[in-house]
Amino acid sequence: MASVTVQPKTTDDILIEELGYDDHFHEHHHGDKYQSGFISKYVFSMDHKMIAKQFLITGMFWAVIGALMSLVFRLQLGFPQEDMAWIKPILGQWITVNDAGIGSLDPNFYYALVTMHGTILVFFVLTAGLSGTFSNLLIPLQLGARDMASPMLNMMSYWFFFLSGLIMFFSLFLSTGPFSGGWTAYPPLSALPQASSGSGAGMTLWTFSLVFFVVSVLLGGINYITTVLNLRTQGMSLWRMPLTIWTFFVTAILGLLSFPVLVSAFFLMICDRELGTSFYLSEIFIGGEALDHVGGSPILYQHLFWFLGHPEVYIIILPAMGIVSEVLSVHSRKPIFGYKAMVYSVLAIGFLAFIVWAHHMFMSGVNPFISNFFVLFTLIIAVPSAVKVFNWITTLYGGNIRFTVPALFGIGFVSLFISGGLTGIFLGNSAIDIFMHDTYFVVAHFHIVMGVAAFFGMYAGVYHWFPKMYGRFMNATLGKIHFWGTLIGAYAIFWPMHYLGMAGVPRRYYKFDTFDSFSHFADMNKFITVAAVIVFALQVLMIINFFYSIWFGKKVESKNPWKANTLEWTTPINPGHGNWEGNIPTVQRWAYDYGKDGKDYIPQHIPLQEGETESHG
Amino acid sequence: MATDTTVQQHQEVHAQDEDNWSGGKQPFKVSYGKLMMWYFLLSDAFTFAGFLIAYGTLRFSSPSWPVPDFVFSTAPFGIHDAPLIFVTVMSFLLIISSVTMVRAVQEGHRENKNGVVFWMLLTIIGGAGFLGCQAWEWNNLIGTEHMTVLTNPFGTHIESGTYLEGDGVNISAGDTFDAGDSYLIHKHDGEWHQLAYKTDGGETLKQEFGPKSFGALFFFITGFHGFHVFSGVAFLVIIMLNAASGLYAERKNGYEMVEKIGLYWHFVDLVWVFVFLVFYLL
Repeated sequence: MASVTVQPKTTDDILIEELGYDDHFHEHHHGDKYQSGFISKYVFSMDHKMIAKQFLITGMFWAVIGALMSLVFRLQLGFPQEDMAWIKPILGQWITVNDAGIGSLDPNFYYALVTMHGTILVFFVLTAGLSGTFSNLLIPLQLGARDMASPMLNMMSYWFFFLSGLIMFFSLFLSTGPFSGGWTAYPPLSALPQASSGSGAGMTLWTFSLVFFVVSVLLGGINYITTVLNLRTQGMSLWRMPLTIWTFFVTAILGLLSFPVLVSAFFLMICDRELGTSFYLSEIFIGGEALDHVGGSPILYQHLFWFLGHPEVYIIILPAMGIVSEVLSVHSRKPIFGYKAMVYSVLAIGFLAFIVWAHHMFMSGVNPFISNFFVLFTLIIAVPSAVKVFNWITTLYGGNIRFTVPALFGIGFVSLFISGGLTGIFLGNSAIDIFMHDTYFVVAHFHIVMGVAAFFGMYAGVYHWFPKMYGRFMNATLGKIHFWGTLIGAYAIFWPMHYLGMAGVPRRYYKFDTFDSFSHFADMNKFITVAAVIVFALQVLMIINFFYSIWFGKKVESKNPWKANTLEWTTPINPGHGNWEGNIPTVQRWAYDYGKDGKDYIPQHIPLQEGETESHG
Repeated sequence: MATDTTVQQHQEVHAQDEDNWSGGKQPFKVSYGKLMMWYFLLSDAFTFAGFLIAYGTLRFSSPSWPVPDFVFSTAPFGIHDAPLIFVTVMSFLLIISSVTMVRAVQEGHRENKNGVVFWMLLTIIGGAGFLGCQAWEWNNLIGTEHMTVLTNPFGTHIESGTYLEGDGVNISAGDTFDAGDSYLIHKHDGEWHQLAYKTDGGETLKQEFGPKSFGALFFFITGFHGFHVFSGVAFLVIIMLNAASGLYAERKNGYEMVEKIGLYWHFVDLVWVFVFLVFYLL
C-alpha cells in the first residue's frame, strides 16, 4: 500500500465498511509487481492510475511537438517574406538561406509539418492522450473496480502507444523528412515512394507507427469495454453509471469497430508500396514516366480510411463530452439535465458515426445520389448533438455555479462545440461543400469543434481530476489565465479562418502572396499567427502549472475536495493499488444527486433514506 | 422522467432482481477473458470485412474476372480438370478441425485431461493439414502457373473467335472459343506466350493478361487468413502442451484457455467460409 496515514474513521468509511463487499482483494499478496521498485511502479506499471498518468504526460509531450510544428507553418503563412534563418539551428536543412541571408522554409517540409501536426494531434494527443488518460483513470475508479479487467493488456496498450510514438519521432529526423502527404495519407502520394520526398522512408515509418498505434487502441478498447461490462461494483447498474463512463464505453466500441478497418487499409497500402501491387493505383504518370499499375482505386482507400476517420472524430469528442457533463454537474451543484437523453444521444452519435463517412468525399468523385444519403445522416447528427448542448445549458441554468477552472473549461467547451458544430451543418451539405471543400472554412470548423473543444474537455478533466491523480490542486489563478487566454485566443485564431474559407482561400497552400485575389488577407494571416503564438505560450503556462503542482501544489485536505458524488472520491487521497483500502463500496443511487431534498450532494454509496425516492434523470 | 418507487418496493425489486446487469455480476455470465476474446474477434472480423470490401470494389470495377472453376482445377498427383476438388478437401479438413475443437472444449468442461489433449491434437492435425494444402496450392499457382501478386495469367475471352496458333498443351491452331471462355497464358523459359487469335469480327489479337488485382487479392487475403490459421495452430500447440502438463487442471477456471482458443479457431473457420465463397464460388 502507498503511505497510509491513519485518520479517524469518518461516517463515509464506516458506510463503505458496512455496506461494501469484501472481494478478498487484500488477502492475496500482490507481490512486488505493483508496488515497489521504480521500474514496476513508474515504468512498466500495471496500475491503471499510473498508466493514465503515462498516457497524459506522453500526450502532453506530443501536444508540445505538434503545437510547435503548427507555429512554424503559421509563421510561414503569416510572414511569408520574413527571414526564418533564426530557426536554422533547429530545423537545419529545412531552412534554405539565400545569398542575401534571408532564410525560408522548404516547401516540402511545410507539407511535412502540416501532415505531422494533423497525425500527432488527432492520434497521439486527442485519442491516446484524452481517451487513454481518462478511460484508464476513471473507468475502474468510478465503477468501483480494483483495476482494469486485464492490467497486463492495459500496460501493453501504453507501451504499444509508446513504440508507435518512438517510430513517428524517429521519422522526424530522416534526411528525406517525415511523411508529407497530409494526415489522411491519400494515395497516390502515400502509395508511391517516389511521389514526394516524404513518401519514401517517411511514409513507411508513418504506416508502421500507426499500425502499432491501432494495436494500442484495440488493447485499450477491449479492456475498457470488458471492464465496464464485467467489473461494475454491486448496485452499479448501467443506468447508474456516470456519463463519463457511458462516453468512454461508446468511444471504446467505436474504436474497436473502426480502427481494424484502418489496419486493412494500411496493409493493402503496404502491399502497394513494398510489393508493387495495384490496390489503390491505376494508370499513373510520374515524372513523365508511365507506371504499370492498373486496376486499383484510390477512392477505395478513401472509403476504408474514412470508415475509421469519421468515427475517429467522435472517438475524440465523446470522452470530452462525458468529462464536461460530469464537471458541469458537479460545479453547478445540479443533477445533469436529462441524464437518459444524454445517454441515448451518445448512443445515437455512436451509431450515426458509422454511416456518414462519405461526407468527407463529396468532392472525390463519389456518386452524387449516394451523397444524398450521407448528407441526410450527417445532418441528423445535429439532433443528438443539440440535445446534448441544450442539456448542458439547462444543467447550468439556475445552478449554484462554482466558477472553478474545470467549470470554466466545461463552459468553454459548450461554447466552442456550438460554434464549431454550426459550421458542420454548412459542410455536411454536399452542395455547399462544393464551394467550401478544402478551404480554410473546413480548417476552422474542425479545429473549433474537435480540436479546441476536445482540448477544453481534456483541460476540464485535467484540472478536475488532478487532485485525484496527484493529491494536490493545480494553481487556480494560473488556470484562469490559461482559460481566458485560450478561449479568446482560440476564437482569434479560428474565427477569421471562416472568412478566409468563404473567400475561397484553399487549405494546405504553402503561401498566398503570389495570388492577387488573396493578397488582402495578408494582415488577417499575420493576426492569426500572432494569436497562435500567444495561445501556445498559454499552453506552456499550463504545462508549467501542471508539473509545478505535482510537487508543490496546494495539498488536498479531504477525500472529496469538489464535493462530488462519484466513487473515485471515496478512495484515499492517494489511493494505492486496488484503490480502496478495505471493502469495495456498493452503489445505492445514481451519480447526480445534487441539491436533492435540501442536501448539497449525496454520494453514490449513501443508501436511500427512509421515504426517499430514487432519481433516475 | 423520474420513475418513483418507495424504498421498500425498491429493495423488494432488488431481492427478486434476477438480471445480471445491476453490478457486481458478469452480465453475460462470461468471464472477462472470454469477453475479451469475443471483442478481439469482432475487431478482427472488421479487418477481414475491410479486405473483402476491397475485393468487391476491385472485382466489380474490373471488366472481367477469372472463372474459379478454371483457375482452381488442379490437384496433387497430376490431377487436372477437377474444378474445386482440392479446395473442397482443404476446406473439409478445416471444418472437421472445428468439430474436433468442439469436442476438446467439451472434454474440458468434463475436466478430462486426456480427452482435451486427444481432441486438440486432432484439431492441430486438421489445421496443419489445411496449411499444407494451402502451401501446395500457392506453390502450384506461383511455380507452375506463374501467377504472382503482379501478374495474372488467367484471362477471359470477351468475344468468340479462332486460335491462330497452339500452345502445345490444350490448345491447337484452329480451335474455336466462345466469349466468356477462360485461358491460361503459359510461360516457357521465362517468356510469356500470348497466343494469337482471330475474332469472329475479323480482328487479329493476342491473349491479354487477366485483371492484375486477382492475383494480389488472392495471395493477400488467403495469406492473411493462412497467417491466422498458422497463429491458431501455434497457440493450439502451446495450450495442448499446457493442458497435458496438468496446468489447467489446477486452475480455478479450469480449461478456459481451451475454450478461448476454441472461439478463435471457430472464427478462423468462419472467415474461411467467406474467403472460400468469394474466391472459389462466386
